Amino acid sequence: MSAVGFIYPQLCFSNNAIISTFPGTASMLSGVAAAAKAKGYKDYHVLGIAGDGGTADIGLQALSGAIDRRDKIIYICYDNEAYMNTGIQKSSLTPFGAKTTTTPPGKNIRGTLTVKKNMFEIIAAHNIDYAATASIGYVQDLINKIQKASLVDGPSYIHVFAPCPTGWGIKTDETFEIAKEVVDSGLWYLAEYENGEFTLNRNPREFTPVENYLKKQSRFRHLLEEDIIEITEARDRKWERMRRQWNKN
Amino acid sequence: MKAIRKFISGDDAVAEAVRLASPDFIAAYPITPQTVVVERLSEMVEDGSLVSEFMHVESEHSALSACMGASAMGVRTFTATSSQGLLYMAECLPYASGGRFPIVMMNGNRSVALPWSIYGDHRDSLSQLDSGWIQIYVEDAQESLDMTIQAFAIAENAEVLTPVMINLDGFLLTHTYELVEIPEKDIVGSWLAPVDNPYAMNFDNPRNMGFSSQPSDNTEFKYQQHKAVEDSRKIILETEKSFEQIFGRSYGGLAAGFMCDDAEFIIITLGSVTGTCRTVVRELRKEGIKAGLIKIRFMRPFPTDEIIGLTTNAKAIAVLDRDISFGYEGTVFTNVNSALARTHNDILKMNYIAGLGGRDIPKESIREIFKELEEGLTTRPDKAVKFLNLNVETDEKYSDSEDNSTQHHREGVLLWS
Amino acid sequence: MNRPPVRKYIKPKHISDYPVGPSFSAGYLTSDNSGWRTLRPVIDNDSCTGCLKCYLCCPEGVIYPKEGKIDIDYDFCKGCGICSKICRNKVIKMEKEKK
Repeated sequence: MSAVGFIYPQLCFSNNAIISTFPGTASMLSGVAAAAKAKGYKDYHVLGIAGDGGTADIGLQALSGAIDRRDKIIYICYDNEAYMNTGIQKSSLTPFGAKTTTTPPGKNIRGTLTVKKNMFEIIAAHNIDYAATASIGYVQDLINKIQKASLVDGPSYIHVFAPCPTGWGIKTDETFEIAKEVVDSGLWYLAEYENGEFTLNRNPREFTPVENYLKKQSRFRHLLEEDIIEITEARDRKWERMRRQWNKN
Repeated sequence: MKAIRKFISGDDAVAEAVRLASPDFIAAYPITPQTVVVERLSEMVEDGSLVSEFMHVESEHSALSACMGASAMGVRTFTATSSQGLLYMAECLPYASGGRFPIVMMNGNRSVALPWSIYGDHRDSLSQLDSGWIQIYVEDAQESLDMTIQAFAIAENAEVLTPVMINLDGFLLTHTYELVEIPEKDIVGSWLAPVDNPYAMNFDNPRNMGFSSQPSDNTEFKYQQHKAVEDSRKIILETEKSFEQIFGRSYGGLAAGFMCDDAEFIIITLGSVTGTCRTVVRELRKEGIKAGLIKIRFMRPFPTDEIIGLTTNAKAIAVLDRDISFGYEGTVFTNVNSALARTHNDILKMNYIAGLGGRDIPKESIREIFKELEEGLTTRPDKAVKFLNLNVETDEKYSDSEDNSTQHHREGVLLWS
Repeated sequence: MNRPPVRKYIKPKHISDYPVGPSFSAGYLTSDNSGWRTLRPVIDNDSCTGCLKCYLCCPEGVIYPKEGKIDIDYDFCKGCGICSKICRNKVIKMEKEKK
């Protein structure tokens, strides 16, 4: 937001808003929430938005602290799978194989070597009041989850999958469909964690082909057949485990 | 005025002051030698003598970040740190001052790693001198208590709106016990005005804060910030005066002179070593030497005029620095020099690097400094910067008399005309 | 539409007129973003069924229902084309922006 909509004198938020330090989204939210409590406010929400790097990398410590304290905050991770504001650098939420400007594919290394950090379960492991994954490709699901988070008397975390046309090498008008396809292909999932239980909100019988999703994006264009097989197998293992452990009934 | 007297440490005194000022929000994270402050505060919250949102943050960065969030909401905030912790929150220091968040923070002055040392010196806070915070240095536990209370009044003043860092020498002050007068909470409560920050978030007139700026405006924001710290001098003095009227104690503004009126040789200090220096000055006066002392109480805003005024009759000054800017000189010395360069180019100025990592600064060494100042008028020592009481031989030569052949004259270090 | 109005920015004459903080009135817009656009979405309201999917999916929040029709705030539309792509009945066409 600071890059375009929050440069004096052009200030885009109609409500009270502030930009935090990069690692400090959660801790600043905690301070705001504590002050709201001290002031005796009743009708308010304290909501913060950070990117994948700001959440899973540099801001993870502060986020962990805020959840641990059970501060009444809504934390939204806007995950576009790389540091996009600085121009597409790898974060710990960049998926395996993806090309970024710091994981350039070449003869020796084919893009990102690590797999996407499992933030949702890391957050759930805090025994958080409410956590969910979402995608902008499933808008109603996202809206429902934000509504649910707003009713929680404690911390809530929503991990939103959101494509970046420039960073992923897609056309701007494909954004929504890619965000839907990632869920349909099983490379992202819609789930919730509440009352100590995981729930898969969407459990498709069949996935759309992983290859179709990957080939639409120039960041995956260099991948070999074996890479795609590896990604597909990792997906299947993850779903096998989620279905076995999460959706028992 | 009603007050009780208690035998407490510097850390205790700060905690007592915080209880009296009653901030709405406290961020707590332990680090030696500050830890006692947050321990005491947690006890006060537990026993109900302090009503505050007490947050166990997971790091110093979050401590200050959370304070900024709370301060943005217009409530009174406090946190405390030291050394590595201060450096860990370094990103948040200019953020807090640039955001004009009137946070009060105690810093237990402690050396900075490497090598590790839990003992005191001023390298932690002086390294953050340019972060935009008002910096106070105190000498004893009573001053710690009094200045912590005043820090809230200064920081939150509508013309200032700048965070204040109150510095206590690690162990020498944080952990030594003195008899401290603790005023009644009601009296402090009526002296200290509630926070009234017109620029804070509110529902009636929502605010957008912490935004970016273009080159066309950034300089103006920075000028405004500089002006606020410059103009805080007036508020600092007014605050001290009104505090004295109610509580009967004052400490001499931004820099306090001791026997400086006719002093020819003046030592300039920060913090707890001032007491030792005062004793030596008294002794020297009895011996007929015109010695004096300047205790710098505020490093920002810097007491330029005060130092110029107090050194009117000085022939030589020594700055005792519990820090060193490697490759140059002590930071206090740099600042004092810059002030004196305006009017007093003719006096001998020496810089003693002392008390690093908890090293004692004995009385005898202070006497030695005064002796060297007197001798310096004739020997003309060639190096202004000298490490006091190095326990090892070096190849350094400090004066012509030691070695004429290896002198290396540098502009700015050769400090007499 | 629920966006702040675009106001004229008057540069402070005196330093005391600058926001302190930086803290300023929330939702203070001084310019639009229409210049970012090369394509402009044009809606055929007669054929529109009013499903409001475009309203839900517009990343800029510039599409909204108004008096039984769908209205687009061209001052802030960046021309990404998502609305046109996701429209089930294909009643939003992307047309070349004329300078």
